[in-house]
Amino acid sequence: MFDSVRRKKAGNDILQGLIAAWPVCLGYVPIGLAFGVIAQQAGLTPLHIGIMSVFVFAGSAQFIAVSMMAGGAGIASIILTTFAVNFRHFLMSSSLALYLGGARKKLISLFAYGVTDESFAVNLSRFRQGNWNINRALVVNHTTNFFWVAGTIVGGFVGQFIPEGKFGIDYALVAMFIGLLAMQLNGKKYVLTALLAGFLAVFLSMLLPGNLYIVASSVLAASAGVLVLRKIRQVRHNV
Amino acid sequence: MFELEYLLLILGMGVVTYIPRWIPLVALVGRKLPRWMVEWLDLVPVAILASLLLPLLLVSEDSGRIELFRPELLAAVPTIIFALKIKSLSGTVVLGMLVFWLLGNLL
Repeated sequence: MFDSVRRKKAGNDILQGLIAAWPVCLGYVPIGLAFGVIAQQAGLTPLHIGIMSVFVFAGSAQFIAVSMMAGGAGIASIILTTFAVNFRHFLMSSSLALYLGGARKKLISLFAYGVTDESFAVNLSRFRQGNWNINRALVVNHTTNFFWVAGTIVGGFVGQFIPEGKFGIDYALVAMFIGLLAMQLNGKKYVLTALLAGFLAVFLSMLLPGNLYIVASSVLAASAGVLVLRKIRQVRHNV
Repeated sequence: MFELEYLLLILGMGVVTYIPRWIPLVALVGRKLPRWMVEWLDLVPVAILASLLLPLLLVSEDSGRIELFRPELLAAVPTIIFALKIKSLSGTVVLGMLVFWLLGNLL
């Protein structure tokens, strides 16, 4: 009897995870195809592409790495750039850590593999709503990972047949960021922090090299938000 | 850049991608964090997503300057309105791509 209860619970976790994951998969297919196309043009075979997607699983860093390879960059500079581009996930994992108390160490280490901009935003908003756990979050991470790997490999095969700029493929990532951000804007403090971070990022992106602006503007805006919240509490306390 | 060299590259990229995702999770999970840090980590997600998004909409990759009336920004207007009203991620992705594609055909 307990077995059947447990099986039902596992089945429900998988179903809930899939429901949360599928919009991201929908976005990953065109982006993955686009990556496969570019990687194939840079001289990578579908096997090379698949290996990279499995071991790195970081869309924007993969795009940058392939364009650097095509430009003849060395291994060390590509790895260093990957580190810089992906360092924002350090902040994302820190935020997710708030909700993973009680989860097993092994599962947490597995979960870390799949922390991307998209899985992070989907999992975080579900954790905040409650009714979310590491099993469901792992389903989200690994389902989206599967679609990413598959999409990039297929892109490597069919790349040459897809004309450039068709079907809004170039916009899939932007639209996904819009949707993910909209999901998080539940309250004035989030809206104001997002506006501050966004405009800081625009200006810093023109001043700082590479992708450094992402981490810089995020840290500045979140810190400003914390200071403002504290000030508001002090004022209320004094009145 | 192939075979052994490529595998070395992939290994290096994989390690520097995984470690920053992993360290905060094993270091922070289950810890009692100070209030300011919880508040800070609560604001970080919207800050990152906005930092990723706005430069893509406003800054031209070619000139490196702010440009209004870019198709990226124009297509974002209906996409943002839809995303805020309907709160559907899949719908937002499909609508955004559709609008951007139509704009590209019109402009």
